[in-house]
Amino acid sequence: MPSFVIAEKCDGCKAQDKTACQYICPHDLMTLNREIMKAYNQEPEQCWECYNCVKICPQQAIEVRGYADYIPLGGSVIPMRGTDSIMWTIKFRNGVLKRFKFPIRLTPEGSIDPYAGMPEPDYSKIKEPGYFCYEAKKE
Amino acid sequence: MEKETCTFSYCAKPEVVEHETDFLIIGGGMAGCGAAFEAAAWANPKKIRITLVDKAATDRSGAVAMGLSAINTYMGGNKVEDYVRYVRNDLMGIIREDLVYDLGRHVDNSVHLFEKWGLPIWKKGDDGFSLDGHQARDAGKPLLIDCKDDAERESIVVRSGKWQIMINGESYKVIVAEAAKKALESNRQATGVQQNHFERVFITRLLLDANKENTIAGAIGFSVRENKVFIFRAKAILLVPGGCVNVFRPRSVGEGMGRTWFPVWNAGSGYAMGALVGAELVQMENRFVPARFKDGYGPVGAWFLFFKAKATDSEGDDYCANPEYVEDAKKKYGKYVDTMGTCIRNHLMMEAMIRGKAPILMHTDKAMAEIGKLFVEKLGEKEGKKKLKHLEAEAWEDFLDMTIGQAGMWAANNIEPDKVPSEIIPSEPYFLGSHAGCAGFWVSGPGDIPGAPAEWHWGYNRMSTVNGLFMAGDTCGASGHKFSSGSHAEGRIAGKAAIAYILDHMDFNPTLRENVDDLVAEMYLPFEIYEKYKTYTTSPHHISVNPHFIKPDQFQKRLMKIADEYFGGVGTWFKTSKTMIEEGLRRLQLLKEDANRLAASNLHELLRCWENYHRVITAEAHARSILFREESRYPGYYYRADKDFIDDDNWKCFTIAKYDAEKDEWTLSKRPYVQIVS
Repeated sequence: MPSFVIAEKCDGCKAQDKTACQYICPHDLMTLNREIMKAYNQEPEQCWECYNCVKICPQQAIEVRGYADYIPLGGSVIPMRGTDSIMWTIKFRNGVLKRFKFPIRLTPEGSIDPYAGMPEPDYSKIKEPGYFCYEAKKE
Repeated sequence: MEKETCTFSYCAKPEVVEHETDFLIIGGGMAGCGAAFEAAAWANPKKIRITLVDKAATDRSGAVAMGLSAINTYMGGNKVEDYVRYVRNDLMGIIREDLVYDLGRHVDNSVHLFEKWGLPIWKKGDDGFSLDGHQARDAGKPLLIDCKDDAERESIVVRSGKWQIMINGESYKVIVAEAAKKALESNRQATGVQQNHFERVFITRLLLDANKENTIAGAIGFSVRENKVFIFRAKAILLVPGGCVNVFRPRSVGEGMGRTWFPVWNAGSGYAMGALVGAELVQMENRFVPARFKDGYGPVGAWFLFFKAKATDSEGDDYCANPEYVEDAKKKYGKYVDTMGTCIRNHLMMEAMIRGKAPILMHTDKAMAEIGKLFVEKLGEKEGKKKLKHLEAEAWEDFLDMTIGQAGMWAANNIEPDKVPSEIIPSEPYFLGSHAGCAGFWVSGPGDIPGAPAEWHWGYNRMSTVNGLFMAGDTCGASGHKFSSGSHAEGRIAGKAAIAYILDHMDFNPTLRENVDDLVAEMYLPFEIYEKYKTYTTSPHHISVNPHFIKPDQFQKRLMKIADEYFGGVGTWFKTSKTMIEEGLRRLQLLKEDANRLAASNLHELLRCWENYHRVITAEAHARSILFREESRYPGYYYRADKDFIDDDNWKCFTIAKYDAEKDEWTLSKRPYVQIVS
């Protein structure tokens, strides 16, 4: 289900420090056409429909059109990702609409302090089972 | 054909950046992030430098990039020994039980940390119904890490199966990456290193040491954003770039070629790069052919386990209970049919399909109706219907968290899963060591598990047969069913062991065996070739019909055709044989030679050239391992049609594959399996 960029909405992330979709795509598919300063999916047959470009786009300029191989036209699945939850709007070919909201996170983004309150590593145990902060289960 | 070389006569020379570190992590998925977190804790006080290289953006790289709706490996109140039995059964009797046991006794801590860092995990409400992560928090349910013991944890998680727990995992990877990035930041502060996290850098080759035999010294890669090549020198390396997808021709071959089950960006880089420096591979004949919702590839686990849906053939019969199929399977595969591992269920499904009893249907509608009835009985009409609404959302979330395209597939086909059943099908073969497969490298075990042979431990946990080269997740072989949490946990085990190795080798000064200029020329050869020959024909770059070179997408399609037709892809119902593999290998050899004529017109294509070279090496390891093993160990995943049986007397053993890159020769051998858990 390759992603596509709506020409009218994409501004090439001109005001941002990087092109968001190009930055996030796990498979290096989203790229910027510098002549018109708009992004596009350069290799749709390698798109995994992970929606990361859709979710990150600050202009909501990216959507997904089902793979031409097997998906009839007319449906859509659109996310709106917030800081602690995500909203989905699913439109069926026959017009049925479904909306869902799911949690995505319990803590504020950027708030993780990975070693807070954790013990110092005990180097006498570096070749034994267990982590620096956890003793392996024993049965 | 004349061998081409790059002299930078046609393409520009890139800038070469040399980066010295102590511990290099290749890959920023679950295993890489786990390694960064654990290793930095041990490395920081000793000022040991850690570097992580990712070909994508770590927030959304690896197999969890889209998210997940469940964590499939969580012990909780279960016994680790039972986990070993479960993995052994599903992988047809041959696993490294020391590695699996070791993983099982560690994994829960990673899950507890994920939740502490912010991952919402479902909990059981006081009424016994499930609460999502936010509802659980608002209801005052404790975090798993704060529970007093495993019995309490087991009592509050929502199990979909014995080992699985349900989560709200859209941002699973973002959360895990944040902790890893903070860990890398702490390492920068401890060591004074300016940069230790490289995104959009693709590693193409590992590099051995000039002075110490069979010892890793570094890696070379290139930026996919600018003309820069990176040479990393390191005392130890963790190789965790994931599994391998798109070697076999997928069922959709047009725009849908990327709609694979496992993420299409898994290019076999781990298997290939480790093999090229001579690390021993194990169980590379293993592959996974997941049975999933047809075309959309949505997960079936929650439907089977959580919603208790049943799958039948088109006549409504349970193919797993068909006496004709089962008796025939028992004759060939013996006792393995009784315990119904995943591959056996695939086999029985295909028995129905070849008799024309497709489509195979997952009865989502009946399952939902059944649950709805229960809810109304328990809670009355009004409250029961409300809970059913929540259940419908849970069913959709299962896809929206991890396979969004399946939701799109249903929407476009007007399929509401609570009203109509959906088709399932065995997809195509994948290579992985983290999910329900066990392809990977032969590694050292933990060394303290009673019953494990002494030769299974050579000092450092998860170290391969190359000194200083560690494996985890998809690259650590003969030990599947780790899934996301287990890959993180195994990355931590390997990361800790790598720091122990570095502490024992502090005076080791890695020195590259190869000449840097030669390495850079080899890496940029596809640019040189493209620029040299591009004007020979009138084809524009996106068409490229040219007798002098092959573009990476053309190269990949040739590989897929060979794999599908000769190595047992969907085209032959996963059947192959000695003569078929031999013919396929002959064709593969010519493809390998043509890798010297791969051409790239931009950095994106250069990435694809090298990824597809890695796929070819992975494919060869697979084909040669199937050829060597003279039985059909994983019926339903592949069949040696000329040896269509399981032969425990001769083949209940590990298959080891070793590549000699200089001679271009593979050596295959047997290694004894040892049962540790009764």
